[in-house]
Amino acid sequence: MELADPALVARARSGDADAFRTLVDRHSRNLFRLAYRMTGNESDAEDVVQESFLRAYRQLGKFDERAGFGTWVYRIAVNCALDLVRSRKRRAEIQPDPESGEDPVARATAAGPGPDRLALSTELRERVAEAMNELSAAERSAFVLRHFEGMRIEEVGRVLGCQPGAAKHSVFRAVQKLRRALEPVVSTAR
Amino acid sequence: MKHLTQEDLILHFYAEGENLLLVEQHLEECEDCQAHYQAIERTLAGMDALTVPDRGPGYEAQVWARLQPKLAARRSSWWHPPVWRWAAAGAALAALLAAAFLAGRSSAPTARPLQLAGNVAPEQRALLTAIGTHLERSQMVLTELANASAAGPLDISFEQERAADLLGENRLYRQSATGSGDALVADVLDELERVLLEIEHAPSRISPDELDDLRLRLRAEGILFKLRVLGSNVRDQQEPIRKPL
Repeated sequence: MELADPALVARARSGDADAFRTLVDRHSRNLFRLAYRMTGNESDAEDVVQESFLRAYRQLGKFDERAGFGTWVYRIAVNCALDLVRSRKRRAEIQPDPESGEDPVARATAAGPGPDRLALSTELRERVAEAMNELSAAERSAFVLRHFEGMRIEEVGRVLGCQPGAAKHSVFRAVQKLRRALEPVVSTAR
Repeated sequence: MKHLTQEDLILHFYAEGENLLLVEQHLEECEDCQAHYQAIERTLAGMDALTVPDRGPGYEAQVWARLQPKLAARRSSWWHPPVWRWAAAGAALAALLAAAFLAGRSSAPTARPLQLAGNVAPEQRALLTAIGTHLERSQMVLTELANASAAGPLDISFEQERAADLLGENRLYRQSATGSGDALVADVLDELERVLLEIEHAPSRISPDELDDLRLRLRAEGILFKLRVLGSNVRDQQEPIRKPL
C-alpha cells in the first residue's frame, strides 16, 4: 500500500531516505512544470527543482503537518523561482530576432494563412514568453499559480504568503499586462 | 446592472466571482461587456502556447540521482559531522588558543584574542584560515540581513540554511575557546551562536516589521562590529604567513 505524504514526511524526518525519495518521485514533475512556467527556462527550472527539494529536506523539521507536503514544497519552489527570476530579471532570456528589426506583433497581425500561420504560432509562443517576462515577480507567480496550476485565489495567497486580496490584485495586474501585450497577436491568431 | 469591471470579468473567467449567474446574464445582454470578456478569453487562451517541455520517462530517477549526493553531503556535514574532523579541529583550536593565550600573557598584561607571536605552526595556520573563513561567512549572512529591505514578506530560507551550517562550526570554536580560557573569543562566538540560532529558528518568510526587529537587534548587540574586530585580529595573525621570507 502506498503511504500518504504525511507518513512519508514522518519517515523522512527520522532519516528514511527512501521515504524522501518517494516524495521526490511524487512531486518532481509538478515542481518542474511550475518552475518552468515561473522561470521560462528549462535549465533554471531544473535548478529550482533541485534547490526546492534540498530546502525541503533541510527544513523537514519545520514542516507543519497540517499543511500538505505538496503545497509546502510548492511554496518553497515558488520562493526559489522568485529568487531566481528577481536575480535574473534584467537578463534578456527571449532575444528578439536579430535578423529582423520588424515588430513581431506587426508581423503577426500582417500574417496570412499557410506557412505564415505556422510561423504565427511560434511567434505567439515567443510573444507569450516575452510578455510573461515583463510581469513582476509577484504578478508572474500569482498568475502561474492561478492560471496554470488552477489554484483558487485564496490558495494562491497561502502559497505566496500574502493576503488573498493582494494575490487577487497581482493576478489582475498580470492579466491586464498580458492582454495589452498579446491582444494584437491573439486576435490575429484565431 | 451597470457594466462589469475588468476585475469582474477576470474573476468570472476563473469562475471565482461572487455572482456568477448575474454576470453570465449580464454578458448575454451587454455587447460591450461581452466584447471585453471575449478579449480576455482570447488572451488567456493564448497562454496555452506556453507549453512545458516534456520530461520523458525516468525523470524522477534523474532528479533523485542529482539530488541524492547533495542530501548525503548535507546530512554528513550538518547532522552528523565526522567525529575525527571535530576532534582534530578541536585539538588544533585548543592548541592555537592556548598559544594565543600564553603569547598574549607574555607580551601584554591582559589576554587578547588570538594574539599569536613569532612562528605559526602549520596546523595553526590552517586553523586560523578556517576561523577567518568562518567569521567572514558569518559576517556575510548577517550583513545581508542587516542590509535587506522588503516592502512585503521576505524569504530568508537561504540565509537560514547558511546560518544552520555555520552553527555547527561555531559551536566547536566556541567550546574550544571556552576550554582554553580565551573568554574574549568565546564571548564573541557565544553571541554569534545566539544570533545564528535566532535566524535559524525564525519563520522562513518574515514580515518587514520582523526584519526591522532583527536588524535593530543586530545593531544593538554590535555583533557585526565584534566579528569585524575578531576577523581583523585573525587576519593580522595570518599576515606574516603571506609575506615572503
